[in-house]
Amino acid sequence: MFPTAIAVLQLLPPGGSGAAPELMQSAVDLARSGLGSDTGQRTLRRTAPWIVLAAILVSLLSLLPLAFIIWIAVQTGWETVSALVFRPRVGELLVNTGLLVLLAVPIAIVLSVALAWLTERSDLPGARLWAWLCVAPLAIPAFVHSYAWITMVPRLHGLWAGVLVSVIAYFPFLYLTVSAALRRLDPGLEDAAAALGLGPWRVFLRVVLPQLRLAICGGSLLVALHLLAEYGLYVFIRFDTFTTAIVDQFQSTFNGPAANMLAGVLVSCCFVLLGIEVLVRGEERYARVGSGAARYQQRARLGRATIPGLLLLLATTLLALGVPFVTIGRWLVAGGADVWRFDEIGLALGQTLLLALAGALLATVAAMPMAWISIRAPGPLQRLLEGCNYIVGSLPGAVIALALVTITVRIALPLYQTLFTILIAYALMFLPRALVSLRASIAQAPVELERAASSLGRPPLNALWSTTIRLSAPGAAAGMALVALGIMNELTATQMLAPNGTRTLAMAFWSYSGEIDYASAAPYAFIMVAMSLPLTWLLYVQSKRMAGR
Amino acid sequence: MSFLEISGLHKHYGPVAALAGVDLSVASGSRTAIVGPSGCGKTTLLRLIAGFEAPDQGRIALDGEVLANGGSAVPAHRRGIGVVAQDGALFPHLTIGDNIGFGMARGDDKRSERIVELAYIVGLDKAILKRRPHELSGGQQQRVALARAMAMKPRLMLLDEPFSALDTGLRASMRKAVAELLEAAGITTILVTHDQAEALSFASQVAVMREGKFSQVDSPRELYLRPRDRMIAEFLGDAIILPAKISGGFANSPLGRIPVDTADNRDVARIMLRPEQIALKRTSREGMSGTPDMLFGEVTESEFGGSMCTIAVRLLNSADPPDAAAIGNTPLVLRKPGMDAPAVGEIVRLTVLGKAHVFA
Repeated sequence: MFPTAIAVLQLLPPGGSGAAPELMQSAVDLARSGLGSDTGQRTLRRTAPWIVLAAILVSLLSLLPLAFIIWIAVQTGWETVSALVFRPRVGELLVNTGLLVLLAVPIAIVLSVALAWLTERSDLPGARLWAWLCVAPLAIPAFVHSYAWITMVPRLHGLWAGVLVSVIAYFPFLYLTVSAALRRLDPGLEDAAAALGLGPWRVFLRVVLPQLRLAICGGSLLVALHLLAEYGLYVFIRFDTFTTAIVDQFQSTFNGPAANMLAGVLVSCCFVLLGIEVLVRGEERYARVGSGAARYQQRARLGRATIPGLLLLLATTLLALGVPFVTIGRWLVAGGADVWRFDEIGLALGQTLLLALAGALLATVAAMPMAWISIRAPGPLQRLLEGCNYIVGSLPGAVIALALVTITVRIALPLYQTLFTILIAYALMFLPRALVSLRASIAQAPVELERAASSLGRPPLNALWSTTIRLSAPGAAAGMALVALGIMNELTATQMLAPNGTRTLAMAFWSYSGEIDYASAAPYAFIMVAMSLPLTWLLYVQSKRMAGR
Repeated sequence: MSFLEISGLHKHYGPVAALAGVDLSVASGSRTAIVGPSGCGKTTLLRLIAGFEAPDQGRIALDGEVLANGGSAVPAHRRGIGVVAQDGALFPHLTIGDNIGFGMARGDDKRSERIVELAYIVGLDKAILKRRPHELSGGQQQRVALARAMAMKPRLMLLDEPFSALDTGLRASMRKAVAELLEAAGITTILVTHDQAEALSFASQVAVMREGKFSQVDSPRELYLRPRDRMIAEFLGDAIILPAKISGGFANSPLGRIPVDTADNRDVARIMLRPEQIALKRTSREGMSGTPDMLFGEVTESEFGGSMCTIAVRLLNSADPPDAAAIGNTPLVLRKPGMDAPAVGEIVRLTVLGKAHVFA
């Protein structure tokens, strides 16, 4: 039960960032300790050479984009590289991107901790409904958030607009991790602190908050990586970040060294974030010490603070859900029946679903060997391979797309702008999502079944297929659904890599809104949100179940 | 002079009554144990005393100060009551030293000195202070929790099954150490436990709790030898319960004429003996003849258990039984030192030591 739900939490990122799983994994250290370490290394050597080989291949493939960026840098030569990197434009982008992260992330942390506490630990009326409303903004792609705001407040632009929309679009990541951590805290510790003479506020600051550190770190990294990767959101409000600059550069000079070097700087930024997170997270263990079941948590009485609490949730909901829904609704009404060009919409929907399903399938199949190894035969090799995948998963879609463009154009031109290449890109971007979900469900399939099948005469791979893989099907399906969700709302990489004539929902939305035809864009936004909502509901339900409720 | 005074305490969780009218008074500097099966409400009572929850009804007063009266309650952090939880509840994000010093004022110059002193008092090495809770063994964690609670010089110490997570050998020594330590510090203590042996050996006053109420509050010896009813008797240890006729300070029972602890006369009564009140002496079938007033039995089962053996003895003759047929076939189960326990098939002579207790 427990690992599945964590996996779902880990699956959240709708953009290219998949670093989340690893981080949240550390945030919920508990999960890992329980996973079949008893099966040990011997299993690996005995039954799984093929599986290990497959996992290594997938990992090598996933390192390809990174390798190419380095290779291009080396090939370009130091002088050109330094000329391209050390220039005012890059400095400006660095300042923009840095300020964005430095402002948006702390605001999102404060907001999420407050919301999580209100919905999880206070007697706020309708806490369950509010909790779901805090997760629901995830169903709306970030660029649709931005579209809603820009059509409502056309003059919105610049840093503060970027901060506003970024917080609104991405705070649910932090909310989910923090509220999950809050639910799991041992209330005994808070009792102990109270018995030692600490008032409620000091208990929160000295006992609760420090234990949320891992969740806050993981969630913040997730949000920060999304801010680095996001493209559409910032184009609407005319705020330049590295990602928008890379895409601009790509559109004007194709895959020239300039775009590649910007990508190199962006990748360095991602690594800096990963490093900061590792430093801040530290080596500490925040799991429950001691044995016995934790008591149920008591909810704090808000009393007079109920009204401000409700107002905070109401305001957040209005900004994060009200604005997009009202805007989309308004444009749909204004556009009337004319904007529902069903032939066009049908085509876009069909193409989107095809790409989403094929990409999800590929990502899941690619994740399978790794997931199996990490449960059945954990060890240094498995950690190394997994690390590779998570690093690639944390790279912005624009970077992966650029690398694949460069690779196909230089080495395998026939593959340029083919279905094959875009599916590879999706698989690389969303592999971590498929991986965590598979890993969780494989962890629940007892290894004894595999052994029983072997003892009944099935060869290893057959035994694996007829037991573990069958049993992990629901988890795999959930993982596929979440990968599909990511692909459906993906814009940057799709634009750069998709075969000519491709027009997904996101692309159609993007081109109409680029022509300021907001009414025609509305049906596409509506369909994307409508298709994503059930998945966020699933996410919400699973995160609740994790706490055994 | 009672230090802690609890009266008419009620607490409901939904339709379930966790406490249904609890009264208790605890003398200053004494040790009280609250013992009962799990789910009897003892932890709820402790939480109410600590102030983690407020009672529905009833009153708690400590040293003359009212802590809770009906729904209004002083919050836990203003009570100055130390709590040691079952698992220690150490803060995983702090070092051992910071855990111990958690309740002290942070600006205090003597803080670190006092932490070292407390660690010494509870028997922890100074080197341990830099470590983290998860690096410690269960016993060490409990010592840290105790030191942490003692750091704020509590008026009252509540121990919530603090020894139950420890293994058997450690449990007894920890119990003794904690009892001595709190005694020396003069801190009034309440221990909650489901382990009757622990309760009896730890406290000067033991309260047996069942279904949200105290069934009996007494000294350990009194409670053990003169329990109010059969359930209390059996909860506190093995008991042999026999039908008997009481007259003139003696009971006529299947085990013969036994002195009892009451002067009342009763035709139908039940008496209780603890198994250790029955002494066995080896003899043989020949030894049985010509001694009609003596009681003999045959060992039918013997289970080796290390220091103590459990043996079953079937009575061979029974003096003046009200319903001898019923008892005659039910063997007496006794625990005897393993070194000299009679073997299966041996004949033993039974004698009763001390007085039997008559249930009201």
